Amino acid sequence: MNYFLRKLGFYAIALWAALTLNFMIPRLLPGNPVDILLAKLQQRGGIVTAETRRAYELLLGGNSDQPLIAQYWDYLVNVFHGDLGVSVTYFPAPVSEVIAASLPWTIMLVGIATILSTILGVGLGAIVGWKPGTWLDSLVPATTLLAAVPYFWLALILVYAFATTWRLFPGQGGYDVVLDPGWSWEFIGSAVKYGFLPALTIVIASIGGWLLGMRNMMVSTLSEDYILTAEAKGLRNGKILRSYAARNAMLPSIAGFAISLGFVVSGSIVTEQVFSYPGIGSKLLTAVTNNDYALMQGIFLYITLAVLGANLVVDILYGFIDPRTRAKS
Amino acid sequence: MTNLTPTTEPSIGDAPDQLAAVAGALGEKPRSALRAMLPTLTPWLVTGLTLIGLIALFGIVGPFFVQDPTVIRNIGLTAPSADHIMGTTQTGQDVFAQLAYATRGSLEIGLLVGVLATILSAFFGILGAYIGGFADEAFSLFSNVFLVIPGLPLVIVISGFVPPKQRGLWTIAVVLAITGWAASSRVLRAQTLSIRNRDYVNAARVSGERSFRVIAVEILPNLLPVLASQFVFAVIAAILAEAGLAFLGLGASNSSTLGTMLFYAQNGFALPLGAWWWFIPPGLIIALFGTGLSLINFSIDEIINPRLKNARLYRKRNKTALRNEAARLTSAARTGKTQRSAS
Repeated sequence: MNYFLRKLGFYAIALWAALTLNFMIPRLLPGNPVDILLAKLQQRGGIVTAETRRAYELLLGGNSDQPLIAQYWDYLVNVFHGDLGVSVTYFPAPVSEVIAASLPWTIMLVGIATILSTILGVGLGAIVGWKPGTWLDSLVPATTLLAAVPYFWLALILVYAFATTWRLFPGQGGYDVVLDPGWSWEFIGSAVKYGFLPALTIVIASIGGWLLGMRNMMVSTLSEDYILTAEAKGLRNGKILRSYAARNAMLPSIAGFAISLGFVVSGSIVTEQVFSYPGIGSKLLTAVTNNDYALMQGIFLYITLAVLGANLVVDILYGFIDPRTRAKS
Repeated sequence: MTNLTPTTEPSIGDAPDQLAAVAGALGEKPRSALRAMLPTLTPWLVTGLTLIGLIALFGIVGPFFVQDPTVIRNIGLTAPSADHIMGTTQTGQDVFAQLAYATRGSLEIGLLVGVLATILSAFFGILGAYIGGFADEAFSLFSNVFLVIPGLPLVIVISGFVPPKQRGLWTIAVVLAITGWAASSRVLRAQTLSIRNRDYVNAARVSGERSFRVIAVEILPNLLPVLASQFVFAVIAAILAEAGLAFLGLGASNSSTLGTMLFYAQNGFALPLGAWWWFIPPGLIIALFGTGLSLINFSIDEIINPRLKNARLYRKRNKTALRNEAARLTSAARTGKTQRSAS
């Protein structure tokens, strides 16, 4: 089958699986959202009647009178109309609006940080792998230390050093609240300044994985015959490194993008929480603490969609970069 | 952590052959297949084992010797001193004692999730690849879907729905295992595919061995290094993920892990108040433990991918050769000199 069709088919299935998972989670797990919310109301001295319960059930969209399959159909129709329900926390804003307001922040932050750490990690990994056994190899254990550091702890340390002690960068928020969000230079400058520490956290914590993967592939590639041939032809080292070794060694790093992106997105959620960054990760946690189930599910869906989309793009690019993958399928 | 599984797919089955070839080139006796599966004692491996050993010892034995971590005293946020070697928390609890118990909690959950995730990945990876056909397609599709769905957001949503009372250690462990097995299942599948069509496996099958026996006796031993490496990764990933969850306040209720410690440190304003002794140690233990495991994994990687090891062995040989050459030259120069002075 055509490589691209196959990939498209796979991502369609993955999308369906994510949608179904999102639908099943609240119905399979022990906790009932309505019960939790009613218990909260009672704690605050509210009186719970049958009507209140009914109202909550309708608000949460779980019309439990219908058979499961009808609920599932309604859910799918609503999702494809972009209707994800109403947020309780930001009432009466619909979930899609809350997400639309916070998504650009996360995409910019995670996007820029991921691109930076990929380029730096792969570049450094190529250099380290080029000369195995030299002093450069001692970089590798250092980067594993970085890779094993929890994102949020690194974020805390950076805030402690750069924001609390030296006061170089702000440690909280996404922009200077005095300014109005918009496309003015002043605002962009402030956003960059506020985003520096979160981005630095993600870059530092994720660079180790790239470096290590690239280093190991470089070492493997260097024992290929074509490298020997290139050396025998008398090509310059720089040329062999760039055009012969690094090019081929890079392929698995690109193919492994899916796993990497999952980690970075997970890490950025916690990082956003530390910095109170106005992105989608801190919104997710706000939703969890406020029992805002519609918002929670909506955000999960959007994050999954974004990760799936990014992976689809990478996979299609990969088909062009490495023709062997197209031939195999 | 990114890119945990370098998708190089060298076949583990080739390892003994290749290593024997290298050993032959080095003029050593070829090593047995079993020896080839054991890691060589490199400085990295020693460092890793030492780190893991010390931290595990601290987690297992530590709680018996420290003070009661829950005792509240009226010396909130005091810096490290002789009485409290890592200072106290906001409510005057001993940080060192908390650290010992938290390390034990984190190790428990890491081990639990590591075992569960490895079992899941072995089931889907090995069984699917062994049966082949539709089962393989279905299992591999299933694990690929789980691979692209981001783990932590899913875990957060699940934890959000489970009420805190029912959110025990096992719930968290099962959820983390379910979201964390897919990557290693893919690696195991690739390795099984390459081993499954080897002659001796076919021979076992043709001679009428039951599938279970073929997998357990013929295939599984060859996969042990890969399984070990995947297990190690699963443990690191689980400890990190649990720490993240607990830090967000979504961890297992009534358990104390390094993540919970950091959660309380964050909520007790350890950071703005400059109480570094409260939030540095827990994170450092996680980082050091993860580093130790990764260092051990380097050595396992060398077994799985003999080229990494060959690079090291050749390098060693080159160094020895250079040294011998240098020694020969100097001695030749010396004899040359003495000859000249004699003449």
